[in-house]
This record gives sequence, C-alpha cells and structure tokens, in this order.
Amino acid sequence: MYALNYVKVKSVKEAADLLSAHPEAKLLAGGMTLIPTLKQRLARPTHLVDIGGLPELRKIEVKAGKLLVGAGMRHHEVAASATVRKAIPALASLASAIGDPQVRNLGTMGGSVANNDPAADYPAAVLGMDATVVTTKRAIAAADFFQGLFTTALNEGEIIVRIEFPLAKRAAYSKFHHPASGYAMAGVFIAETGGGVRVAVTGAGPGVFRWKEAEAALAKGLKPAALDGAKLDASSLNSDMHADREYRANLVKVMAKRTLAKLSGKK
Amino acid sequence: MAKVTMKVNGVKQTKTVEDRTLLVNFLRDELGLTGTHVGCDTSQCGCCTVHVNGQAVKSCTMLAAQAEGADVLTIEGMARKGKLHPIQQAFSECHGLQCGFCTPGMIMATAGLLKDKPNPTEEEIYKGLEGNLCRCTGYINIVKAVKRSAKLLRK
Repeated sequence: MYALNYVKVKSVKEAADLLSAHPEAKLLAGGMTLIPTLKQRLARPTHLVDIGGLPELRKIEVKAGKLLVGAGMRHHEVAASATVRKAIPALASLASAIGDPQVRNLGTMGGSVANNDPAADYPAAVLGMDATVVTTKRAIAAADFFQGLFTTALNEGEIIVRIEFPLAKRAAYSKFHHPASGYAMAGVFIAETGGGVRVAVTGAGPGVFRWKEAEAALAKGLKPAALDGAKLDASSLNSDMHADREYRANLVKVMAKRTLAKLSGKK
Repeated sequence: MAKVTMKVNGVKQTKTVEDRTLLVNFLRDELGLTGTHVGCDTSQCGCCTVHVNGQAVKSCTMLAAQAEGADVLTIEGMARKGKLHPIQQAFSECHGLQCGFCTPGMIMATAGLLKDKPNPTEEEIYKGLEGNLCRCTGYINIVKAVKRSAKLLRK
C-alpha cells in the first residue's frame, strides 16, 4: 500500500469538508473493497476518511411506505435486522449472502453501492426495487445512479447517506456465487413493485442492468416457464476465466428461474 | 505516523506506526502475536481472522488505525491460564488441522459462528466458515471440530 494519512471523522460534515480540502482523499467505510484495492496499489489516495461507525449513517427505519437504510449499515446488520426482514425479506437474504461472515461484519451498503462493482449484490436490489440513493447533495433514482463499470452518478465530495427502498408486493434474489470470493457470477433480483415487475441482473455484465425481455415475459405472470423464450443478448456480457459470455447468459436465465421459484413460495 | 491504542487480549497496547499499517501487521510485527497469519493477500483465505469488538474480521483487510480504542481478541487470547479454550480442545480432539496454518483463523471464525449460532447444522457450519480456506484437510475434520466445539461450549 502507498503511504497515506488516516483520519477518523466525527460527522458526515467533517468528512465532506475533508473531501473538499483534499481532492485525492477517499472515503473508508467497511474497507472490504478499498483496502484490498490499496494493498494492490491500484489507488493512491492522500487521505482515508473513515466514516464507518458514524451514527448519522446508521439508521434503519420504515417511513411512508419505504425502507430507509443508512449507508453505514454493515451487511450482517442488514441481514439480521428485524425491520428489514419484515419490510423486504429479500434484501435481508441478499445481505446474508454477501462475501463471507468476516466481510459481512465490516462491509457497508453505502460502500457497496458507491463502488458499483459489476459483481456486487446490492446494486441488483437497488435497481430491482427502484430505490433512491440519498446523498449529502441530492436524491438519485436507481436508473440514473449506476453508470457503468465502477462508475456512478456521484460527484466529487458527494457522500451517500442512506438508500430508500419503496416496499414491494414481493421480491426475491438468487445468485450463483463464485466459490472463493463469493461474488455473483450471475445474480438476479426480481420485484413485483407498484410499477410492475422489475428484473435486475448483476454479475453478468459491466454493471447491473434490467432484463427488459424477461420483464415483458413476466408481465402476464411470474412463472419460471414464462422465461423459456426470453432472450438475453450474450454479446454485452462479461467473459472471463470463470465463465464465458454464452455460459453467463444461460446462468442468468437459470438464476432468474430460481428467483421466480423463491417468489412463488411467498404470498 | 500515528499513535494507535487498542486493547489486545485484555492488555492495553499503544504503538506508533505508519497510518497504512494493517491490523495483521500491527499484531504480528509490533506486538509479536504471530499466531495470526497472512495467507493470501486477497482477503479470501481467512488465516488472519481475529475478533474486533466481539466480531470476527479479516485483520489483513483493516488498518490498525481503524481498531483505535477497540477490544481485539487473537488466537493467543483464547486459552486461559494454560488451559485450552474448548474450541482449541475440539480442534485437537477431532484432528481438525494438518499443517495448522489456517487453524488460528478457523478457530476465531468458529468462535464467531458459535456466538451467533450455538448449535449449528452442518449447512450452517459450511456457511459460517465460508471466509476460511484450508488447503490440507478437505474440511471434514474441521466441520467435526466445530460440532464438537458447540457441544463443549454448551457444557
């Protein structure tokens, strides 16, 4: 790791001020992505601004038909939260399968969403449920937030404060996880929302995306068989040593059907 | 450089280290607690697992500074007054190790798992140890050791 300056701040404002003062500073929440990145010398921030543990970022509540989750909530806390389990059980279940137990004790929702790893799980929930990312500056709709490989709509110095998930009729998530890293090789989040069925796919492409053909096929009913004819263009998917794009396209369909099977088990 | 203070195995420790010092290196190099290992450099193997404020974490993926003021428990803190911790006892009885390199991490992860789930099913054990890799054993005896640990801890 390159040398750097570590600062543990006492408020989001202090963090924002430090980011303004030091353009090459980076926020540190759980560190489950950032620390490994730094260890491989893939980034060289001047400062690490530690916001993990800030009380302002650690609220979970249901308000006006939405589940509000603070950006600093650890994955294990989201998984164990009675509030989350009641409001959006699929979100708790998704959180319980991120990485591994040690990673879940430190990794945060805000960090995961801000990073937008193409194989991360939370982006599928955020896009699948049409959630809103609330920052220190504004509220960003999911459709506008994820902009490609490790790229989001966040501007310099902008900090995610919480994510607001509108409650859905039903939702579920399945992923095929890489055996060593736990990352999604294909993860499919399906939600029956007020606005219709949404199918969000992670792990397969350069970023989370909605599988529109599947949404159309499922509009008549959430049955696995409805996906038999649904096409997924493999040419835009990732190909690597773990899975080539054609394999991944099929894996997406398999995971989508497993998600539908989970959905039919719910009322 | 910064002064970092934390309680390690019940003893308050203060050292001046570079800000970029990883917790695992703080424990090993500054405090001589070499039971915690560095295995993979990619945060996958779990050999570096310790408890920070009661939670199992990968010490290779944390800065020492992040643990400022925290309560840290390493493998060296598991045995009390020369008596093995029940989990250590179980790993010994069930031959849950061969080379032993992953073992401190396995034991710390097991301690974390059994706090959450004192009577885990085999499935829950497999899931609970997902953050720990072993190259020697094939995991069979490790799973047996976790089951035995659960039994010993319930006594």
